Amino acid sequence: MTTIRRRDLLLASVLIIAIWQTAAWLIHRPILPSPLMVLFVFWRDVKSGELPGHFLVSLWRVVAGTALAILTAAPAGLVLGQSKRVNRLFSPVIYLLYPIPKVVFVPIILLFFGIGDAAKIVIIFLILFFQILVLVRDQAASLRPELIQSVRSLGAGRRALFRYVYLPASLPAILTALRQSVGTAVAVLYIAELFATTKGLGYYIYFEGSTLLDYPAMYAGVVAMSLLGLGMYFTVDRLERWLCPWQFTN
Amino acid sequence: MITVEALTFHYQATPVFEDFNWQVQKGNSWAVLGPSGCGKSTLLALLAGLRFPSAGKIRINGETLLRPRPHTGLILQDYGLLPWATVRQNAGLGLKVRNFYGADGIHAPRDHAPDQSVDPWLERLGLSAMADKYPAQLSGGQRQRTAIARTLALQPDLLLMDEPFSSLDAPTRESLQTLTQELAAEQGLTLVLVTHSIEEAALLGRQILLLHEPPNRATIVIENPGAGRPGTRESGEYLGLCRDLRQRLEMDPARAAWT
Repeated sequence: MTTIRRRDLLLASVLIIAIWQTAAWLIHRPILPSPLMVLFVFWRDVKSGELPGHFLVSLWRVVAGTALAILTAAPAGLVLGQSKRVNRLFSPVIYLLYPIPKVVFVPIILLFFGIGDAAKIVIIFLILFFQILVLVRDQAASLRPELIQSVRSLGAGRRALFRYVYLPASLPAILTALRQSVGTAVAVLYIAELFATTKGLGYYIYFEGSTLLDYPAMYAGVVAMSLLGLGMYFTVDRLERWLCPWQFTN
Repeated sequence: MITVEALTFHYQATPVFEDFNWQVQKGNSWAVLGPSGCGKSTLLALLAGLRFPSAGKIRINGETLLRPRPHTGLILQDYGLLPWATVRQNAGLGLKVRNFYGADGIHAPRDHAPDQSVDPWLERLGLSAMADKYPAQLSGGQRQRTAIARTLALQPDLLLMDEPFSSLDAPTRESLQTLTQELAAEQGLTLVLVTHSIEEAALLGRQILLLHEPPNRATIVIENPGAGRPGTRESGEYLGLCRDLRQRLEMDPARAAWT
């Protein structure tokens, strides 16, 4: 796994802002405000408490959906990965459901769960559930029988195997699934927050842009949503380094 | 120490063992020699309590084997280490498993003391300098030393080894063979080592059990009192035994399968 240096990240950020600034100068229309102006509005709405309020609502939805997905998909994946028979039973179902873009379920979930947080949390849960399920299942199934046998020969029964083999083996799979899907989860959260809610960053972006036509505020919302996605991604990255240090040795 | 009585075992229609009898005395070093598919790894899995006879019995110290026994150590060719754990953590895994269950007499012996350290074993096996490394950062020989440390930390009285050195280069293999002899003598272990290498069997087995293409019914044992003496590798006795073993294996009707 490659490590990106902090200085390079900073340089890349400066580069992206520079491109944005240049584009703003060239296009010179209200639909593309300069980064400085957006920063100003961002800070204004942060101080007023409006943006943090929406941010926290979105964050809560993502974190709750993710936690729910890990708590259900990881054990299910472990069971499937450990038992060939159970896996044979369920794998056709998973095979059919896994590739469906879960975003198409948004209208249906809204019908069932209505307005409020539940629908949004369920959508994020659905996206992450299948991703985690499949990766944990494959990881658990790929553990070599020799490894299991040699740990059993040390006296390990089912519980100890779970604690010392299956659980640590599934951690990297969970984190990989999260790294691959938090971006999608935040994107779909945005879509879900366009409907039937007055809270969350998706709503804020939509409302500022389409109703109030306050473009700098809309951009501030986009920045906040990007920070949410990046924050989730960095957190997963950090967790991976902390929980799976053996993956970073060469 | 080990009594195999009228053992029959099969995966499919043809039995691997049929009415097979064998006895291992305490403190002896045995090599089990035979071609691929002769059932030698199966025999070891049966002795380890990881598989169970279709008929007959395996008794260790008089007790019928019904599950893996806390005082039996098992070392496999490879893949036995947890990739996410350091050398120290891997070597300490058996002790951790015992602490996890407590001294229940099933997973851990009744006299298990929870506060044991693996550090003396890392020291003895020359692993102290790499205690914080992960298996992927080690050589094959160091990995196998870690597996040995993990097993010996549990103070076994019976050590089962399945092709433990076959993936290693020649010098590493020889040094680990010598180390195994030293440790077995030092700890008073009963050793059963499964191998397809004639030289290894002649070197480590004070008694050699020959297995052939299944079904195995007869117990063919070759005495090898010279095993384990210093300088064995160069002795005429050793070379003669290797020749003899090779001939016996070639007499096997299944020698076509012999690689």
